[in-house]
Amino acid sequence: MTVATPLSRRLFLQGGLAALTLAVTADGLVRSASAAETADSAPPKYGADTMPGGTVDSPLAFVSIAGDGTVTIVAHRAEMGTGVRTTLPMVVADEMEAAWERVTVVQAEANEARYGNQNVDGSRSVRHFLLPMRRVGAAARQMLEAAAAARWSVPVGEVQAQLHAVLHRASGRRLGYGELAADAARQPVPQADALRLKTRADFRYIGKEGVRLVDLQAIGQGQATYGMDMRLPGMVYAVVARPPVLGGRLRRVNSAKALAVPGVIKVVEIPAFKGAPGFQPLGGVAVVARNTWSAMQGRAALEIEWDDGANAGYDSAAYRKTLEAAARAPGKPMRNQGDAAQAWAQAPESARFAADYYVPHLAHASMEPPVATVRLQDGRAEVWTSVQNPAAAQDAVAARLKIKPEQVKVNVLLLGGGFGRKSKPDFVDEATIVAQALPAGTPVKLVWTRDDDLQHDYLHTVSVERLEAVIDDQAQVRSWLHRSAAPTIASLFAEGAKGQQLFESAMSAINMPYRVPHVRVETAPVAAHARIGWFRSVANIPHAFAAQSFIAELAHRAGRDHKQFALDLIGPARKIDPGTLADTWNYSESPTLYPYDTGRLRSVIEAACHGAGWGRALPKGHGLGLAFCYSFMSYTAAVIEVAVDDKGQVNVVAVDMAIDCGPQINPERIRAQLEGGAIMGLGLALSSEITFANGRVQQTNFHDYEVLRHNASPRVLRTHLVNDDHDLPPGGVGEPPVPPVAPALCNAIFAATGQRVRSLPVRTLEIKAG
Amino acid sequence: MTRLQVNGQAKDTHAPDDMPLLWVLRDDLGMTGTKFGCGMALCGACTVHVDGEPVRACVTPVSAVAGRAIATIEGMGGDRIGAVVQRAWLENNVAQCGYCQAGQIMTAVNLLKVTPQPSDSEIEDAMSGNICRCGTYPRIRAAIHQAAAQLAQGGKQ
Repeated sequence: MTVATPLSRRLFLQGGLAALTLAVTADGLVRSASAAETADSAPPKYGADTMPGGTVDSPLAFVSIAGDGTVTIVAHRAEMGTGVRTTLPMVVADEMEAAWERVTVVQAEANEARYGNQNVDGSRSVRHFLLPMRRVGAAARQMLEAAAAARWSVPVGEVQAQLHAVLHRASGRRLGYGELAADAARQPVPQADALRLKTRADFRYIGKEGVRLVDLQAIGQGQATYGMDMRLPGMVYAVVARPPVLGGRLRRVNSAKALAVPGVIKVVEIPAFKGAPGFQPLGGVAVVARNTWSAMQGRAALEIEWDDGANAGYDSAAYRKTLEAAARAPGKPMRNQGDAAQAWAQAPESARFAADYYVPHLAHASMEPPVATVRLQDGRAEVWTSVQNPAAAQDAVAARLKIKPEQVKVNVLLLGGGFGRKSKPDFVDEATIVAQALPAGTPVKLVWTRDDDLQHDYLHTVSVERLEAVIDDQAQVRSWLHRSAAPTIASLFAEGAKGQQLFESAMSAINMPYRVPHVRVETAPVAAHARIGWFRSVANIPHAFAAQSFIAELAHRAGRDHKQFALDLIGPARKIDPGTLADTWNYSESPTLYPYDTGRLRSVIEAACHGAGWGRALPKGHGLGLAFCYSFMSYTAAVIEVAVDDKGQVNVVAVDMAIDCGPQINPERIRAQLEGGAIMGLGLALSSEITFANGRVQQTNFHDYEVLRHNASPRVLRTHLVNDDHDLPPGGVGEPPVPPVAPALCNAIFAATGQRVRSLPVRTLEIKAG
Repeated sequence: MTRLQVNGQAKDTHAPDDMPLLWVLRDDLGMTGTKFGCGMALCGACTVHVDGEPVRACVTPVSAVAGRAIATIEGMGGDRIGAVVQRAWLENNVAQCGYCQAGQIMTAVNLLKVTPQPSDSEIEDAMSGNICRCGTYPRIRAAIHQAAAQLAQGGKQ
């Protein structure tokens, strides 16, 4: 087991980090420069070892066996739709030779000391816990085997666990897991070097398609319990009126009419945040009532005046011009190889090619809006909520109440989607503030409405990406400049932080593997005027949209087939040390374990193109588009076929999605993520956009924040799982499907019409059929 | 007091007349299978049946459904088509997070009652009021086709 200090997370919850030099990891954990310096003298840490709580692989924490043979396995990470609550216990069950139908999965409460890291973010669950969960299962199996051998007084080497029983073949004896449970519990936990992991051929569930989601039946019957569904005796309900502008404050409120609404009990002021927003509540006024509807009616009756503060002028049209200007001025160099500026200056005009690409703010819009239930009693707190990061919620509540995290029990319910939004426990903190104002022991469920969710999200950044290339008359790219102008997630934690940081630039900007002699990647120092958060696949979205569109544009300019041009640009199969690409972040993974493998990238391109029939003759008005991406240690490619009618209506005819995520642990759920990632990616490409005017988000619900609906979903969606190499460490699956989708779509639109879309969403442009 | 008929059972509520059925079901009656997603009849997560017609519970005042037959996801196991649709959802591994699926199933059940053998276009028309942010539409389509086929087989027996 490895333990990383949780200190840093607490520090920023108290807003005390502004003076330190910051590094922000993908999940927003902030480490101080001094801590990093201390770490320099020790061997560098990678992967799960960089996460609070690290990993735990003790069967005592995860497995229990009842006398009737029921095996209970703890799911320590929250379920938000990726299937992790099924997949990780399935891995344990496989290694321990448990019969899946006799396994019960229970959800862990927040306790990273006991279970290891619980932050479901960054596509890390299988990546970091495949091996620990295998070790948990193997240890449990060996303890059962040792118990049986002792019972029979035979050498342990003569017995074998098989499907919920231990067998002694020589004598034909057999003992079920239930019969062995008590004895097995008294066996010592095997030492790490004594563990015997299964070989791949012996896997019963891993890599197979037979295990369904543990909650599947309950979901279909309306019996699954999400955070929104929490009910307790005496529970009251709250909704909050928040400042419409980030950093705004309550000037005055008249609550008389709200309190006159039947069912309304109380109004509670939520203090405005101090310093950088972090995970702090935005402030405002909570209305507490006997039911959700009355709370909503009460909120509507509040008479509030706000001080809008410094971000009152935030306007998306004006800010886009700011970004465009910043993208054309020199920025901070993040990678510099050769001399791209000189190559550009010396190239003839005919060899120069430049383009700007725009991706707007996006909202997560999980179907279940944020919600938390909190009860305070006897100096302790109990929380029931649907969060990606239960420990962050625990810390936030403890900090609010000035008690120890151990005095806060966080029960993790199913998430109705998360996509990065629910890593931030601001809504749990809000519920805690309201609970403080209620009689002790009164549970309060604090509900965000859809307009709350869209108006006060931790938004995906907004970006202008400028690319400049020199391409010679042999179709060789001589020089590549990629300059990102986008507000940074670091602005959440450090007031005034400007421009993308290393961890953002290392998501498909600096870590491009193309064979180009002169490379320069820069970020422009632009300020944030909204809460910027991580949205499924994060900075890979704008970076891949720009770079993958640009490569298609270069191929067209050179008169080359896009796929062949891209493969030539990537070059032959080779493993690249990400450090040589100036990527010293590498998603916090070891550069040795996880090099950039261009062979794997090539293979997903081939798979998607093969699936789609790349190069085939297409009907008039149809086009095929390709894009690919390396993100979260996995390789993805998308090929999309569109049909554009004479009115400019884009119809997505077919999508082919390919992934190489290393070993495929739950292939059925990997396919589900590819399908869902394709559809979410099409939604953001075609129709989704959050805009600001007067500092306020202009969208309020699904009529003006449009996500993909069934009638725009492709009728053909093929998934291609590539390689399945169990000798490789696992890659992520939840996020990687998204980034290639938007550029593949726009490349397909170009192939169909000759019209290049460089600004998302597509719906804002008029597509003319070619 | 308003008397409701929910899944064949009488349920009394003291909710005010203008409270949407959604909140009566969820907060008052404790039937949380019907989900809150938007509050404006834009996402379909709250879909229930009233006298056999699909209705968005989040914008339907409770006074408008007094005495009418309300069916929710909790009652679909006892519905001939509902049970087949629920099984098809299971067999196609439709759900990801699952939050919207109660509403999807309620809309699909109504579709199959009205249109026993829906085409892809008819599925798209019927289901486009129900948003799934996880993107399970291809499997929803497959599950509806499968349920339609099974119901047709059952009808011949």
